[in-house]
Amino acid sequence: MAQSWTAGASPASAAPAGETPTVQEILRILANVPDPEIPAVSVLDLGIVREVTADRVVITPTYTGCPATLAIEQSIRQALGAHGFAHVAIETVLSPPWSTDWISEAGREKLRAYGIAPPPKGTAAASLENETLAECPRCGSSNTEEISRFGSTPCKALWRCKACQEPFDRFKCH
Amino acid sequence: MEKLAQYALRLGDDALILGQRLSEWCGHAPALEVDLSLANIALDQVGQATHFLNLAGAIEAKGRDGDALAFHRDVMDFTNCLLVEQPNGDFAQTMARQFLYAHYQHLLFEAMRSVQDERFAAIAAKAVKETAYHAKLASDWVIRLGDGTEESRARMIAGLDWMWRFADELFVMDEIDEAAIKVGAGIDKPALRPAWDARIDAALAEAGLERPASRRPVLGGRTGRHSEHLGHLLSQMQFLQRAYPGATW
Repeated sequence: MAQSWTAGASPASAAPAGETPTVQEILRILANVPDPEIPAVSVLDLGIVREVTADRVVITPTYTGCPATLAIEQSIRQALGAHGFAHVAIETVLSPPWSTDWISEAGREKLRAYGIAPPPKGTAAASLENETLAECPRCGSSNTEEISRFGSTPCKALWRCKACQEPFDRFKCH
Repeated sequence: MEKLAQYALRLGDDALILGQRLSEWCGHAPALEVDLSLANIALDQVGQATHFLNLAGAIEAKGRDGDALAFHRDVMDFTNCLLVEQPNGDFAQTMARQFLYAHYQHLLFEAMRSVQDERFAAIAAKAVKETAYHAKLASDWVIRLGDGTEESRARMIAGLDWMWRFADELFVMDEIDEAAIKVGAGIDKPALRPAWDARIDAALAEAGLERPASRRPVLGGRTGRHSEHLGHLLSQMQFLQRAYPGATW
C-alpha cells in the first residue's frame, strides 16, 4: 500500500483506496473539515490539500490574501487533534499555485446546490476578456451577466440571472 | 541588509503600502460593489506583502519576520515606490494610481514566474493571477470614467495628471536590481516598459483620453526619500505596535 496520498491520485471525495489505514483515516477526517467561508464544501473538495502522509498534511492557499487560510489551518489542526492525530504536521506550500481546476466534481456539485455557480473547468489560464457566461445555479439559464468582478470573498464574483432575476455568486475561474 | 533581501523588501513594501492605501476606502467607496472590489484588492496586496516581507526577513536572517518589517520600521526605511503612497484623492485619482500600478505589477509578476530563484517565482506565479483581475478592473474604470460624463472625465484627467509623474520610477534599475538579476531573482524592468505603454495607451484610447503631458519624473522611494504622505499612512498602520510594542493577540 502507498505510504502517501497525493492530490489527483484518486477522486478527492470518493473513498480513498490504496493508501495505508493511517493515511485513509486522515483523508476521511479532512473530507469532513468544511471551508470556513463556504461550509458546503470540504477542504478536500476545494483541492487545498495537496499531499497526506502518516505524519504530514500539505495544504496550499487559494488567494495570497485570503483570510480563510489561517482559519483553514486551525480547523484542520482541531479536527486532527480531536481524532488523535495531534502529532501530524501541517505544511503550507505556494507552488504550484492553487487553481479552480483542482476543485473536485463532487465539490462543483456541492457549490451549485449551495447556490454558487462553479467555475468553468480547464479555463484557469484563459484570458479575462474571454470569460464564458455563468450558468444560474437556480434555474440553469445561461442568460446571465456579471454585476461585480469582486464579491463577498476573494474567490467569488457577483452575477445576476436575467431569466429568473436572481442574483448569485460565481466561483471565479482562477 | 544584503542586496537580495533589499530586493524582496521593495516588492513587499510596494504591496504593503498599496494595500494599506486601498483599505482606506473600506466603508467609503461610491458603491457597495466598488467597496468590495477595493477591499479585495487590498487583501491580495497585503497577502503578497506578507510573502515578500517574510522572504526578506528570511534572507536577512536576523530574526525579523514580515510583521516586524511592516510594523517596526520608520518612514526612511521603507523602500516602496512613490506611486503607491500617493493619497487616494477621489475615486478617479485612486483608479488612476491603480491603473498605472496594476499593469506594471502584472507584467512584473508574469516575468518573475520564470526566474531561477524558486522562492520569488512561487510568489509571482501565485500573485500574477490575482493581479490580472486588478489590472482589468482598473482599466474598466478608467474607460468608464473617461468615457462617462463631463464630470467623471474631468476627474479622471485630473487623477491621471496627479499620478503620472510617479510612473517612471516603476521602471528604474539600480544596483539592487542588477544584483538580483545576477542571482536569478531580478527582472529587467525597462524591458517591461513597451508592453506597459501599449496596455496604458490602449485603455486610454478606449476611454477617449490622452496621455498626460510628460513631466520630470519624481524618484526617491526606493532609497527612502518619500513624500510627506507616507509618514501619515505609517502612523495609522503602525499605531498599535507603536503604542504597545510587541503586542500580540
